[in-house]
Amino acid sequence: MADNRADTRVSMRTPLARVKGLGASGHGVEHWWLHRLTAVSNVPLVIAFVIIVAALAASPSYEGAVSVVSHPLVAIILILALISVTNHMRLGMQIVVEDYIHHKGQKIALTMLNNFYSVIIAVAGIFAILKISLGRILL
Amino acid sequence: MAQFQLPKNSRYTEGKSWPKPANSNRMQEFRIYRWNPDDGQNPKIDTYYVDRDDCGPMVLDALIWIKNNVDPTLTFRRSCREGICGSCAMNIMGVNTLACTLGIDDCQTDSVKIYPLPHMPVLKDLVPDLTSFFAQHASIEPWLQTETAEPEREWRQTPEERQKLDGLYECILCACCTTSCPSYWWNGDRFLGPAALLQAYRWLIDSRDENTGERLDNLHDPFRLYRCHTIMNCANTCPKGLNPAKAIAEIKKMMVARVI
Repeated sequence: MADNRADTRVSMRTPLARVKGLGASGHGVEHWWLHRLTAVSNVPLVIAFVIIVAALAASPSYEGAVSVVSHPLVAIILILALISVTNHMRLGMQIVVEDYIHHKGQKIALTMLNNFYSVIIAVAGIFAILKISLGRILL
Repeated sequence: MAQFQLPKNSRYTEGKSWPKPANSNRMQEFRIYRWNPDDGQNPKIDTYYVDRDDCGPMVLDALIWIKNNVDPTLTFRRSCREGICGSCAMNIMGVNTLACTLGIDDCQTDSVKIYPLPHMPVLKDLVPDLTSFFAQHASIEPWLQTETAEPEREWRQTPEERQKLDGLYECILCACCTTSCPSYWWNGDRFLGPAALLQAYRWLIDSRDENTGERLDNLHDPFRLYRCHTIMNCANTCPKGLNPAKAIAEIKKMMVARVI
């Protein structure tokens, strides 16, 4: 059985000492609450995102697409959607890693990868939206 | 990684088929998990036949009948035979339950399959090692904690406050819920599991207890509490009809209530 509890043959720690381990970390509620918060914010933002993408697909000209994304309201909604979705993704994937990955090295590596990936996706997406919407002003 | 296959020495093979009772008009087949720590062999599934006319109506009656009449080496825990001690918890027809409160007829099968509680170290046959399970229960400090000087008589509470303990105090710690929980299977060394958390909530919601904050501190951890993903196996399997998943959700609400 996948029993990764300390082996009684090699450790004489009491069962209670093993269960208490390093103690309660005092973390978890922020993670749980932010996951719910982003779940709620995802609903309107993803619906808006889909509508925007559909509108872009409807006017396939490059200038048309740039002018849609350049609209302040559209740009702000897209940026908010990116922040909400990537945060939700990062929190959710961290839960999956905590659930299933028990090897210490793998766990640290995957936690890093998950955080880096989410931040890169968010920053790259936000940069693209800003570049499109502010491009005409800055140039 | 979580393991999805049993290690080689835990995989079971076909075991012995024990003789059928002579002159029986109503015979019921039982397929039971056997493992002996002393013979160095893999677990086996033995087949037994029980004479229903000579045996009580419950699955536990059949196990006792087998032990008395067929195979005295069959090992299982039992005590009260009325669903209050929690000793005879085992996996019957794929569901964790008490052998003493499940009727043989209710299994509705030609062949009743009985295994020990899932994903616990097995000591012998149907007897799992619950050491860690009870240590987890101890870790939530399941007793009334107060600082106020003790009253001359009992600690008082209103009928409404007492009602909040209904659906919690009935837990008999049989471990059916905890051993049915996939999160406990993967992280049983750090996740407290539904039974211990239901007990924790039983003391968190007790109006007489003065250590609510410290109790929440003790649970505030990504593994101790937050491994629960509301899978609900615990509520489905509880032979006492309790809802540990709801109790855990209430603890999570209390955690949020502290910060918002």
